[in-house]
Amino acid sequence: MAEKTMVEAIRDAMFEEMKRDDRIILMGEDVGSGGVFRASEGLLDEFGPERCMDTPLAESCIVGAAIGASLNGILPIAEMQFASFSHPAFDQIISEAARMHYRSNGTWSVPLVIRAPYGAGIHGGPYHSQSIEAFYAHVPGLKVICVATPYDAKGLLKSAIRDPNPVIFLEHKKAYRLSRQEIPDEDYTVPIGKAEIKREGSDMTLVTYGLMTHHSLKAAETVQDEDGLSVEVIDLRTVSPWDREAVLASVEKTGKVLIVYEDNLTGGFGAEVAATIAQDAFDHLDGPVTRVASPDVPIAPFAGPLEEYLLPNPEKIASAIRDLAAY
Amino acid sequence: MVSVKDIPGASGLTKEQLLAMYQKMALARAVGERERMLNRLGKGPFAVTGEGQEAAQVGVAFALRPGQDWIVPYYRDIGVALTIGQTPRDLLLAHLFRAEDISGGGRNMPSHFSDPKLRIVSTSACVGTQIPHAVGIALASKLRKLDEVTATFFGDGATSTGDWHESMNFAGIHKLPVIFVCEQNWYAISVPWRKQAAVESVASRAEGYGFPGVSVDGNDVLAVYRVAKQAMSRARDGEGPTLIEAVTYRLVPHTSDDDDRRYRSREEVEEWKKKDPLIRFSAWIEEHGIADHSDLERIQEKIAQEVDEASEYAEQAPVAEPESALRHVYVEEEEVV
Ligand SMILES: Cc1ncc(C[n+]2csc(CCOP(=O)(O)OP(=O)(O)O)c2C)c(N)n1
Repeated sequence: MAEKTMVEAIRDAMFEEMKRDDRIILMGEDVGSGGVFRASEGLLDEFGPERCMDTPLAESCIVGAAIGASLNGILPIAEMQFASFSHPAFDQIISEAARMHYRSNGTWSVPLVIRAPYGAGIHGGPYHSQSIEAFYAHVPGLKVICVATPYDAKGLLKSAIRDPNPVIFLEHKKAYRLSRQEIPDEDYTVPIGKAEIKREGSDMTLVTYGLMTHHSLKAAETVQDEDGLSVEVIDLRTVSPWDREAVLASVEKTGKVLIVYEDNLTGGFGAEVAATIAQDAFDHLDGPVTRVASPDVPIAPFAGPLEEYLLPNPEKIASAIRDLAAY
Repeated sequence: MVSVKDIPGASGLTKEQLLAMYQKMALARAVGERERMLNRLGKGPFAVTGEGQEAAQVGVAFALRPGQDWIVPYYRDIGVALTIGQTPRDLLLAHLFRAEDISGGGRNMPSHFSDPKLRIVSTSACVGTQIPHAVGIALASKLRKLDEVTATFFGDGATSTGDWHESMNFAGIHKLPVIFVCEQNWYAISVPWRKQAAVESVASRAEGYGFPGVSVDGNDVLAVYRVAKQAMSRARDGEGPTLIEAVTYRLVPHTSDDDDRRYRSREEVEEWKKKDPLIRFSAWIEEHGIADHSDLERIQEKIAQEVDEASEYAEQAPVAEPESALRHVYVEEEEVV
């Protein structure tokens, strides 16, 4: 066991998988020199420039070429340097990676992982802060993972690499070095599509993912200490496919649900969670299905105070918990 | 008997090969015509075909090794698909969206060729998006040190896309075993070449990517074949990509939903009909004593029969069960090896 940050856990997952299976390559901008977040540090030395491949600055071609390589016996990990710069590859992801298997009636498949650092709270301004999970969760044929902790990041990245489908693997930039966690020495995976109850509780269910998992846990602790409220915090970990059963079971137990996400409110992934609960757990609800999210403005301004004003944080979450508990 | 070796321009092809080339071109023409006819009869809701571009398609495909080299086509490439080994039945099953359609069981539109065993890769309807796939396939061949070449086909319209540029650039950097084939038919639906680009020739753009671009008379199947052969050698020798611009013309409307009288004069179309690649090649064959007129007629008769049979077969073949539309969104458990 060793204590690792999330970015280290991600690097270890790639390293171990590339050691295990020489069909795996990493391709992207600056990955050879370790990447702008150091997520691929050491991979070039170990695996050489063909398996840790610097590409030209052309996101559509990075994903498009990775799709092609995946059709011919390679298992590519395509790195988008920032999620905000993955939009040039949108067409390749939506029209090609996601649809190839379906349109060919199951005769071609695209075993591909697209990694992208995402999220706000790092003074990234409007072009290094976006949450993109909702775009892709909407698309049949893709799996979408949003990791928050080192253990989950490593286990889910390994699952993504071993999955025969295209997987969007979103790494919250602020969670990269937020904390350290014990990571087992032996090989393990975390299943795609399974949520985890990160804190048990009985008064309310809080559904979240990504960095908001950390903020929500903090808020849950605060309201426990200050108000005696017992909040069950569920980290979805995967938004497509997402763990409806785990969420519905918890809501049936608690009767109240708060959904927390960093993306701006309208059409965010939490809207899908809310609609499902409203339809399938209606009889168990004891209060309005409530969301905490960023307001509908482009996330996020560069200026710290403006950015902080917009984003959900432990205080805002705690206050929403208190309001809902009082309903 | 004329020795084919002595015939200038035959590139060492045997008589059988030359006649097979002719047969593929004529077959492509017949399948295209049949698809448009089935559409007019209300049997197929949509047809996109490539009459007029057969020499460009068959000439390149003839230089490839079916099942070994990879094909990343676009929707006009009936001639490519047939030369690599698809049959009229395969194409008409797709045209009539039958369950048995190998390209996608009726899910994808007609002429969106796919045939895994022939290494013909499934394409979408998005112009240009297949080109990076070709580059990635070629990258994989290079990484895996396999003797494979990838040929990708597209129209002049696709050369305006970002994916085209990004792919050419990527392939040039890595000297990938890939052949880019532009079927220059002068229009992207109704938009003429002069409104698509400020340069005369697509081929001239290759210089900017560090590999050769060759412009060739795309209605001369043997000229196209020669250029494709050279591109193949370059690719196999590790010298990298080639861009081929096969200058041709689409003799039919863009699709069954298009009326090309809105944007092309009949005089222009008539001028190009005089350069019809099929007529040119049959004249060449007769002129060089490869076969006489009645031999070619016999080939045509067999084609007509084959297309009739394929058409009858496809018409009676069942469409997939409606609820099967829910399948294959993700790779299903049992498919994982
Ligand atoms: C990205 C995209 N934009 C628009 C279309 C609609 N469209 C289909 S074919 C076509 C013209 C393509 O022209 P070209 O590449 O020259 O091929 P051609 O049809 O002439 O053989 C257009 C605009 C499309 N399919 N994809």
